Amino acid sequence: MIKFKLNGRDVSVDVPEDTPLLWALRDELDQTGTKFGCGVGQCGACTVHVGGRATRSCITPISSVEGAEITTIEGLHPEGEHPVQQAWRDIQVPQCGYCQSGQIMQAVSLLKDYPDPTDEEIDGVMGGSLCRCMTYVRIRKAIKKAAAAMREEKSNG
Amino acid sequence: MIKRLLAGAVGAGVLGGLGFLYYAWYPPIAPIERPAASSFSAEQIERGRIVAAEGYCAECHTRTDNGGGPELAGDYKMETPFGAIYSSNITPDVEMGIGAWSEEALRRSLHYGVSRKGMHLIPAFPYDHFTKMTDQDISDLYAYLMTRPAVHMSRRPNELPFPLSLRIGQAAWKLLFFTPGVYKPDPSHDALWNRGAYLAEGNAHCGACHTPRNLMGAEKKGSMYDGAVVDAWIAPPLNDKNPTPTTWTEDELYQYLRFGVAPLHGPAGGPMSPVPHRFLSQVPEYDVHAIAHYYADVDHAAERQGHDKAALARAMEQSKKDLIGPNTLDPDARLYQGACGACHYNAAPMPVLGRPDLALNNALWLDEPTNLYQVMLHGLTAEEGQSGVAMPSFYNALSDADMARIAAYLRRTRTTLPPWTDLEKKAAEIRKTVKTPPVNSSH
Repeated sequence: MIKFKLNGRDVSVDVPEDTPLLWALRDELDQTGTKFGCGVGQCGACTVHVGGRATRSCITPISSVEGAEITTIEGLHPEGEHPVQQAWRDIQVPQCGYCQSGQIMQAVSLLKDYPDPTDEEIDGVMGGSLCRCMTYVRIRKAIKKAAAAMREEKSNG
Repeated sequence: MIKRLLAGAVGAGVLGGLGFLYYAWYPPIAPIERPAASSFSAEQIERGRIVAAEGYCAECHTRTDNGGGPELAGDYKMETPFGAIYSSNITPDVEMGIGAWSEEALRRSLHYGVSRKGMHLIPAFPYDHFTKMTDQDISDLYAYLMTRPAVHMSRRPNELPFPLSLRIGQAAWKLLFFTPGVYKPDPSHDALWNRGAYLAEGNAHCGACHTPRNLMGAEKKGSMYDGAVVDAWIAPPLNDKNPTPTTWTEDELYQYLRFGVAPLHGPAGGPMSPVPHRFLSQVPEYDVHAIAHYYADVDHAAERQGHDKAALARAMEQSKKDLIGPNTLDPDARLYQGACGACHYNAAPMPVLGRPDLALNNALWLDEPTNLYQVMLHGLTAEEGQSGVAMPSFYNALSDADMARIAAYLRRTRTTLPPWTDLEKKAAEIRKTVKTPPVNSSH
């Protein structure tokens, strides 16, 4: 039995130790917002936060997250109103949408390190998150918009 | 003349043999009634808990294979170059453990490597370090061990081939390589240094992994802390041969030993991970400071750290190229950026804690890519390194050739050292040491 915190609540799953975190999230804990993309940590669709950092869940064994705090797209904000999610809606970033929860989780992580990211920083950090619909231009725009909103939020206390 | 010489030689041989038998023979110490837990004070048991933690007893005296075992009940499988051996049960079970051992018997085992019954212990039990422990520490440790739950569990028999299985041979080993004696403080150093040296050289037995061993399995005296291979990992040098570009200063060592991650070096992974997380986070801060203080002296941090600023700037500059440099057509760079770049990015003046910069990490600067490969294959659990953060396992995601390309790329761009050789072959070798793939990929 592996125990950890998922989106703020304590959960436990009874699966083999080598089960990928992604499978446990989707099949055992019904959090299907996180997607399966390549299965080898090369596309970013399965990105969740482990201890606040973007992590590829498809190649992270469940045994590795014992006791950790995990956030998925469902837990980013109770009403889906995280500034990054708002920006994503405002800019209408997604096309088919499949990679977008991974993109959003990576973007939130990026903004913690670079609250005012340049194009290069966005491309560098988001480079491992692939989008077949080529929404990259809108992703970049939405990240900047979210960054501005988050800075605004901060300065308003 | 020849006869007399011969007779002399035989005589000396017989005398020497008798002398050796006398040296090798230890009487059994009579069994005792298992002491009642109430015969020890709470303070002494607590002091003993700290001694046990600082010696990592539970690490090698608790089974980890076959689904694990009860703490301190032994049967931990240790692979040695001579064959597998299994640790003893040190819970106070009278039959299987040390319940019938007097304090004197425990002291003799730690100071001289001899069991209660007088049998020579195999030096995988590092009595060559424990011999430095004070009687007071051993007395406290005794109180702690004797008040643990007794576990009636035996260990598997050792797999040492004849004649290594003969315990008399261990006495010969001692004659060659073992100097008994409690730690003597060095008056030219202060109390903190001496406390650190006492712990590091004695109970904490750091040299057991970080000092290379000779063919007989003894630590090489002239190569103290030069680093060594342990369990298919490299225990890096703890002296000034440590190759990292930034110095292991007292503060870096303290952060690493106390919390499992040094901001300007990296996380404790593999066999080192339990040292901070399971043990040194659970002992008085002063003791961890003392060990850090001692090793900062051993590695000559004071003389070396003048270069740290420049080394840090160089590392950040290298990292920045992958993060925000112009798009590259170098296929190795692209492989690295895709597989690793989304997490291992740094461009700020300082690396982000918990995602230490690869250019500063031991793994890239050691003579072999061993530790880099180990971490790629295993990843790091949330309990290892920086607590709460995990690195995925690339066991199924990267082929040996991919791993080799990333290793070559990092060595080329992040260090000033000559390239590693035979990278793909070494990747395959390290992969073979991972007994079960850490993560299922049967999708």
